[in-house]
Amino acid sequence: MKQKLKSYNAQTYIAYALIAPAAIYIILIVAWPLLETIRLSFTNSSLAGEDYVGLENYQKMFSSKKFNGIVTRTFVWMFFSVSLKLIIGLIGAVLLNANLKGRSIFRVLVMPPWVVPIAIGMLGWLWLYNGYFGIIAGVGMRTGILDGPFGFLAYKQSAFISTIIADVWVGTPMVTVFFLAAMQGVPRDLYEAAYCDGASRWDRFFKITLPQITPVIITMSLLSAIWTFNSFEIIWILTEGGPRGATTTLIIDTYKQALGNYKFGRGAARAVVVMILLMLFAGFYLALLARINKKISHE
Amino acid sequence: MNKYNPFEKILIYSGILVFMTFILLPFIEMFYASLRPLNHLFRSPYQFYSDDLSFWAYREMWNTVPMLGRYIFNSFFLASCVAILTLLFVIPAAYAYARFKFPAKNTSLYLLLAINMFSGAVILIPLYKLLRTLGLLNSYQSMIIPGVAFLIPTSIWLLKSYFEKIPIDLEEAAFVDGASRVQILRHIIAPLSTPGLVVVGIYAFIGAYAQQFLFAITFNQKKEYMPIPTGLYEFIGYQSVKWNEMMAAALVGMLPVLLLFIFLQKYIVEGLTAGAVKN
Repeated sequence: MKQKLKSYNAQTYIAYALIAPAAIYIILIVAWPLLETIRLSFTNSSLAGEDYVGLENYQKMFSSKKFNGIVTRTFVWMFFSVSLKLIIGLIGAVLLNANLKGRSIFRVLVMPPWVVPIAIGMLGWLWLYNGYFGIIAGVGMRTGILDGPFGFLAYKQSAFISTIIADVWVGTPMVTVFFLAAMQGVPRDLYEAAYCDGASRWDRFFKITLPQITPVIITMSLLSAIWTFNSFEIIWILTEGGPRGATTTLIIDTYKQALGNYKFGRGAARAVVVMILLMLFAGFYLALLARINKKISHE
Repeated sequence: MNKYNPFEKILIYSGILVFMTFILLPFIEMFYASLRPLNHLFRSPYQFYSDDLSFWAYREMWNTVPMLGRYIFNSFFLASCVAILTLLFVIPAAYAYARFKFPAKNTSLYLLLAINMFSGAVILIPLYKLLRTLGLLNSYQSMIIPGVAFLIPTSIWLLKSYFEKIPIDLEEAAFVDGASRVQILRHIIAPLSTPGLVVVGIYAFIGAYAQQFLFAITFNQKKEYMPIPTGLYEFIGYQSVKWNEMMAAALVGMLPVLLLFIFLQKYIVEGLTAGAVKN
């Protein structure tokens, strides 16, 4: 009978017809713009018009010290942000996985930073970071760590760290939720067997939980890296890339060049660099996913 | 095996307390600030205690930013349009992925995932020029059109997994009875997949509500079409910032998505984590 349903019509054509609207939409709104960005990067396009300029945008970009600084800064920013998300997320997941009263409430309470529009959540952080009236500066002054008002977003180093913390705040809930889901997927009999063999709680975590959730940890590291790399709103709202460029990452720089100065060509060249890096990440991610899925279907 | 001694319990709960403080502090502080009078907020160093808390800011904010109501409406309107359009594109596609075998099926599914990895910022330039040519800058459409594109991929994956849960036998039985594809879709698939459609629709709504900022600051300059995430910045005046009213408005602006998510978090989280966590 299955055969009948399959031969009932040219399956392939129906499938393609059903997918076509979504596919065409994505091609128009995402795929075409990606290609167009590449083309624009070889022009001096602006609101006035455009001329072909060859590799000029790229030559200028790569020979500028500022741009190289931005690339390095992006990766340093990303490294700290992603590591913190993973570490705090893992600790959070372990804590919320403990079989204690109230854990189901905590599991819901962890999610708001993930769901709330980033632009709105950042208003809260702007207030927290306020140098005169904010609670963080206030606690610092009262405990004597700070000897006066301190604008966290006004100095190069503290702004860099502050934007990372806000980014970690946005990204941690999702990491926690995924780790938690993975931990709950670990077969219970593994723990029971280990318990009978006298393994301590510590042993059970490092010898069972951790190896079992490794695929999810790897997947989440890559996904977090991609999202952190793409992070725009957090920095834009807190510092707009300042002070004096201290928090300008590649995405922020791309945006500033393209839509702050309407230098589409220069912006496009930066967007192409972003694209290439993202494609590398995406390639890693998809290869990994295919391997994990293969492994699962073989088992 | 799952018993904890009192010492371990204290340790875990204090860990949870620290963790939760980090997650919730901005919200708590926003709420507290929204209840305090402005002159209490403008004290340095920070005062932990205020004796005259009130909901005054929640009334006054509508006067300070007269368009506030409009911004909230815009956010709702934009997110609803995006969610509905996303569903229209996604339903047939997800059904095809769940039910048919065809060449390039897996490749195209993974390509969809890859699209998710490009942030809007990479394609803003061509989109800006496209919207300008079409005369759509500074309109609702300028925020709806790109919004839909970025929600289609995940929505297809989510909905596909709901469709896959509907037993194929039902469809086959109907087919044997002489039902057409369209009839099968209308009378069997549609009713059985309503819960899935609701979850995906709400996922799209929340996603659309959350992603408004970038498209709004880039493609729209007109106040009448501004969504709440950008509208909130009007509380920042030339002289000073009305923090208490801004925080009140921010909380009101995030409330709808927060409530929707809390009611449906179980289904959304299940759907999203299903792909990453297989057992």
